[in-house]
Amino acid sequence: MTPVAVMVGANRIVSAAGIIHPLGSADLSPEDEKALRRRIVEQALQALRTEVAKPTVFTRH
Amino acid sequence: MVFGALRVVCYVNQFFGQLGGEDKARVGPQVVDGAVGAARAVQQALGDAGSVVATVICGDNYAAEHAERATAEMVELVAAARPDLLVAGPAFLAGRYGVACGALCAAVQAELKIPAVTGMHAENPGVELYRRRVYVVQTGAEATRMLAEAQRLVALGLKLARGKAVGAPAADGYFARGVTRNVVADAPAAERAVAMLLDKLAGRAFASEVPRPAFPPVAAPRLVKTLEGATIALVTDGGLVPRGNPDGIEALNATRYGAYSIEGKSSLDAAQYDNPHRGYDTTWVKEDPHRLVPVDVARELEQSGAIGKLHETVYSTVGVATTLAQSARMGREIAEKLREAGVDAVILTST
Repeated sequence: MTPVAVMVGANRIVSAAGIIHPLGSADLSPEDEKALRRRIVEQALQALRTEVAKPTVFTRH
Repeated sequence: MVFGALRVVCYVNQFFGQLGGEDKARVGPQVVDGAVGAARAVQQALGDAGSVVATVICGDNYAAEHAERATAEMVELVAAARPDLLVAGPAFLAGRYGVACGALCAAVQAELKIPAVTGMHAENPGVELYRRRVYVVQTGAEATRMLAEAQRLVALGLKLARGKAVGAPAADGYFARGVTRNVVADAPAAERAVAMLLDKLAGRAFASEVPRPAFPPVAAPRLVKTLEGATIALVTDGGLVPRGNPDGIEALNATRYGAYSIEGKSSLDAAQYDNPHRGYDTTWVKEDPHRLVPVDVARELEQSGAIGKLHETVYSTVGVATTLAQSARMGREIAEKLREAGVDAVILTST
């Protein structure tokens, strides 16, 4: 859904894990799922301290 | 509703009322019998259909600096002339004038129950401010075609004053008011869509029946604090609610949002939460609400000092088939509350 976020003008966009569970995944073990969630939140924090001039998608490593 | 010749009052600024230029912009409202200045073009456009019985003139700076008073004073002058129709402007690209035209038309319609019409260029700030309440005819930027523009204002004004049906914005030349009206089309939707597609493929001009909403750019704010000193809030449009949905947030087309405390919580207990969102399969986020709102890791980041503080209220709504107007209102209200609470940044999780 990141193209929609870009279209409506959200400035800092982090691509997450999916529409039905943006911050998790039922396919992973509880530990791995939480680690995934932590990486996404840390990426969001990184985006917050990055200056942007237009809608920018931060892709997950 | 009027059937005979109409009594029309015109409103013009100091320039179009022939009082003078910027040197007369501070002049307050006054009224002159008959048509003066640009109002003469309105009289010419009216022909036998009516007569301009009075012209109200007001300086642009007076109208802009004392907006409420100027409008109230002009409404009185308009009322005294007992018109069937008010024609304001056209204001072209003149900003102060355009805003004053919109304000006067809106007030005359609301307080005197007299129809009103004005005209402006698309970039006049008066368009966005008043087009939903007032019929604003689209004009050029300058007064080079005054009579032709006056004729279009008058044509629409006559329909309004005589209670005749007004056409679509494109047909009658006014800015869309955001009103949806049922009409009977000449051909079924499938035929119209195919005709439109053929026009598009052939490079011919075509007009969509579903205009896309415009999203004006929003400047990206800068986080002025370091993360270690910042208060971060979690917001979602994915539908997280406490069990029982106490705020009655709608399953789609939401008009409400909730504010839910996470004070003292290091995680969200799935048994205490629910999700009315009907825009995606909520099975997995009901099973574990952290898959939508990451309270667990955000709390850990707070404990470890990576962020200064996790805001103790989570705001939540349902984002599916939600109108742009409702979304904008809810977003504005939530942002105001977060700002009042001293929040520095927000992570909004969306599905």
